[in-house]
Amino acid sequence: MNQWSNFIKGFIKENPVFVLLLGLCPTLAVTSSAINGFGMGIATTFVLICSNMVISLIRNFIPDKVRIPSFIVIIASFVTIVELVMQAYSPSLFEALGIFIPLIVVNCLILGRAEGFASKQSFISSLIDGIGMGLGFTFALTLLGSIREMLGNGSIFGFKFIEGDAILVFILQPGAFIVLGYLIAVINRIKKSA
Amino acid sequence: MEYFIIIISAIFVSNIVLSQFLGICPFLGVSGKVSTAVGMSGAVLFVMTIATIVTWLIFNYVLEPFNITFLQTIIFILVIASLVQMVEIVLKKVSPPLYQALGIYLPLITTNCAVLGVAILTISNNFNLVEGVVFAIANAIGFGLAMTLFAGLREHLDLMEVPKSMRGAPIALVTAGILALAFMGFVGLV
Repeated sequence: MNQWSNFIKGFIKENPVFVLLLGLCPTLAVTSSAINGFGMGIATTFVLICSNMVISLIRNFIPDKVRIPSFIVIIASFVTIVELVMQAYSPSLFEALGIFIPLIVVNCLILGRAEGFASKQSFISSLIDGIGMGLGFTFALTLLGSIREMLGNGSIFGFKFIEGDAILVFILQPGAFIVLGYLIAVINRIKKSA
Repeated sequence: MEYFIIIISAIFVSNIVLSQFLGICPFLGVSGKVSTAVGMSGAVLFVMTIATIVTWLIFNYVLEPFNITFLQTIIFILVIASLVQMVEIVLKKVSPPLYQALGIYLPLITTNCAVLGVAILTISNNFNLVEGVVFAIANAIGFGLAMTLFAGLREHLDLMEVPKSMRGAPIALVTAGILALAFMGFVGLV
């Protein structure tokens, strides 16, 4: 596999959210606005890139039987770093994302890439896979957040373009499920006709 | 009265799946049939309660006295992962029928964010041990309720004529959205 297709696969073809359906908990929970979705995406991307790199470097030293616990410890360490950095430099985002920052640990996307990709591939491939998948995840979260914010609040990234009320339900919980459902349906349709 | 409020709000008002978005993976993954949904819910109830007790004790008697609360995330996930393994081993020895019923769901629970989520929420809400246990049990019941209702809906959905690109995940998500809409009716109950 050449590195370009390795990089680009995360956006549409193997998009973690729309196609693989991994990491749906944060996807649904934090995308009430575009900026929250983007922030969550970047935090997850950072953890994914770092854990992919470290795991591919030490993949030959980890005994097979304890590999899952070792992966979890590596991931949890990076999550703790993100938690502390975000608390220090972006307290408002930290407040908005709340419990879902520590929960990056159990994001099945990260463990899935560690187990399915980084533990078998070279350092460079794992790094590129981490960047591609992470940006694909960020793209999905930002798209979902933008749509929900536009429909539910009449704004995008905080810039309001509709005066007065919008369809509030889209930034509440049911909106998350419904928008993501239709978004996946649209992507299925595009993929079929392509 | 206080416990009553915790129970009602955890099951209905801020339902763990439909309003807090924790445990979406099993919610979508193993909700194909009512019987598997019930099995999964039982396993979650079991693990969530034990995990909350253990993590509460560790947080209050180890992490806090030694001022290392920043290690919370790492310690909690390790505790939960090893706890799941231990529960599996103990259950296999002590109660084979229970193991038969819950066994295949146990490994899936390690990466179920609902378990870690409830453990963290118990700490951040400053619950005492009894409140924490009540909170964990109520959340597990809420998980079971949402899961069983959703599985029931999906069994009917299988018989329906669904447009091609909506089949599978999309229609399941839209159904979950409508279910979440119904649960929003409970807001203001407490």
